[in-house]
Amino acid sequence: MSTQTVGTAYRPSLGKRVQGWLAGRFAMIVAVLVLLYLFLPVFYTFIFSFNDYRKSNIEWRGFTLKHWANPCGAAGACDSLVTSLEIGLLSTLVATMLGTLVAFALVRHRFRGRGASNILVFVPMATPEIVLGASLLTIFVNGFTQLNGWFGTDLKLGFWTITIAHIMFCISFVVVSVKARLQSLDPRLEEAAQDLYAGPAETFWKITFPLVLPGIVGAALLAFSLSFDDFIITSFVSGNETTFPKFVYVSYLRGIPAQANVIGFSMFVIALALVIIGQIVGNARKK
Amino acid sequence: MSALAHMGGGGAPATAMPPKEPSGRSWLPYLLLLPGVLWLLVFFIYPLAQLFAVSLYSDYPDYPGYYYQDVNWHNYVRALTDFLPHFGRSMLYAGLATFFAFVLAYPLAYAMAFKAGKWRGIMMILVIAPFFTSFILRTIAWRQILADEGPVAWVLEHLHLLSFMPNGRITETWVAVVAGLTYNFLPFMVLPIYASLERADPRVIEAGGDLYANGFTTFRTVTLPMSMPGVIAGTLLTFIPAAGDYVNAELLGSDTGTKMVGNVIESQFFKVLGGYPIAAALSFSLMALILAMVFLYVRRYGTEELL
Repeated sequence: MSTQTVGTAYRPSLGKRVQGWLAGRFAMIVAVLVLLYLFLPVFYTFIFSFNDYRKSNIEWRGFTLKHWANPCGAAGACDSLVTSLEIGLLSTLVATMLGTLVAFALVRHRFRGRGASNILVFVPMATPEIVLGASLLTIFVNGFTQLNGWFGTDLKLGFWTITIAHIMFCISFVVVSVKARLQSLDPRLEEAAQDLYAGPAETFWKITFPLVLPGIVGAALLAFSLSFDDFIITSFVSGNETTFPKFVYVSYLRGIPAQANVIGFSMFVIALALVIIGQIVGNARKK
Repeated sequence: MSALAHMGGGGAPATAMPPKEPSGRSWLPYLLLLPGVLWLLVFFIYPLAQLFAVSLYSDYPDYPGYYYQDVNWHNYVRALTDFLPHFGRSMLYAGLATFFAFVLAYPLAYAMAFKAGKWRGIMMILVIAPFFTSFILRTIAWRQILADEGPVAWVLEHLHLLSFMPNGRITETWVAVVAGLTYNFLPFMVLPIYASLERADPRVIEAGGDLYANGFTTFRTVTLPMSMPGVIAGTLLTFIPAAGDYVNAELLGSDTGTKMVGNVIESQFFKVLGGYPIAAALSFSLMALILAMVFLYVRRYGTEELL
């Protein structure tokens, strides 16, 4: 008993040493392992884009470059990619504009209904996608049946219903990210501008807007990636239209063409390059 | 996606109420709100109301697939009795995935915030980057990686661990579904936790370490509470989509025994003649359940920033 007490008096307690070790290495080791885990399926996708398979791209059959030479070779692959890009850009544009205006109203103004508006913005994010998809499908089908009956039109599910749905679920995410940026602004900067006799409009365009812009750009990137990769809502409201995730999912039943791997991995590389360039430009600006 | 990081971070320290409108400009906030709020009212609230109406429809017994307007609560009784196991699985799988995502995400976020130094920016990009390969494509890759002849099964077999898996395999079991859910929503857990840790002062944690002299106590009493807004945002952003997901159960699970509520809703909508009101009742029950949990959770661990 006494020897133990003496022993601990000479070196730090076990807890302290474990903590030291944890603080030193453990977190970083786990972090690297988790990052590898995140990338595992991306590597897999990349490797199997070179597979010289016969029927289905599951077993490794040898190396080939033919899928990279002809990325649009699989029927519908590139069409679906173009559709996804169009829907992504369009819904990003609209959702970013609408969401930014809402964020300004919520952060910068005091008015009746502010609390209710906050909740209205929050609830779509707390609603599972499948419920959003199911409810939108309901109004589109019911609405189109009635309109087509009254006016003899031929409205149906497709490009525009997907776009409307994507704008809807992107708005909340835009509001949240622009709001965060707006709230972290130092109000003294704007006060200083007004002390220097800048009018409200000049203050807004010369001070406020440039400071909020990174938040808006971030929100737009978020909206685009949410829209581009959405499958669940899209699968409900798409009708016969095919986006890239839907193309992959549908062709999965017959065996995914390696062109999907080529396109998926290329999007990864392009996005990574854009983000890294953005980071470098951002860092250069800071200096 | 990096914008997600803001969610856990919250706003500026204690932002007060915005100033009162100058007189004669009280219409301005409403003008700013109008387009966005209108869009949400027409394409979020109105569809939910419609879906609720449909969830109370009755069908004509002799004409399957045809319904009439009604106030038939029996759909809810059926949804919650016939498909109770699926509800249970959704909650259980989403809960497990949220737990595992937290266990994996916290050290990563911690390392990014305090240990990464100049690598911080790169690590941030690496967390976001897998998002850009379609999530369907990555989930299908997981199916191949976890397959019976795949690398993970091979490794587990040689470690004599495969027999501990349900049915002695990984693919087409709940293990694969939970693994897929954990994987797919992991970045949503990492980014908010990172954002809240990044704000924390490392000296406070050091002081905690000096005070408590025990790694776990320091973590529990100092580090974790400081990152709580991020943990709450992260768990919500993981649990909610996981509970409503059907893609992972479809691609990684089996035909029986691992289906979640999302799978039932999807198949009642598209594959079962006359399943429409049941699908609507299921959707509404799922949403009510999740919203109730979210509000209780947010109230319990309190964060105004989310609302």
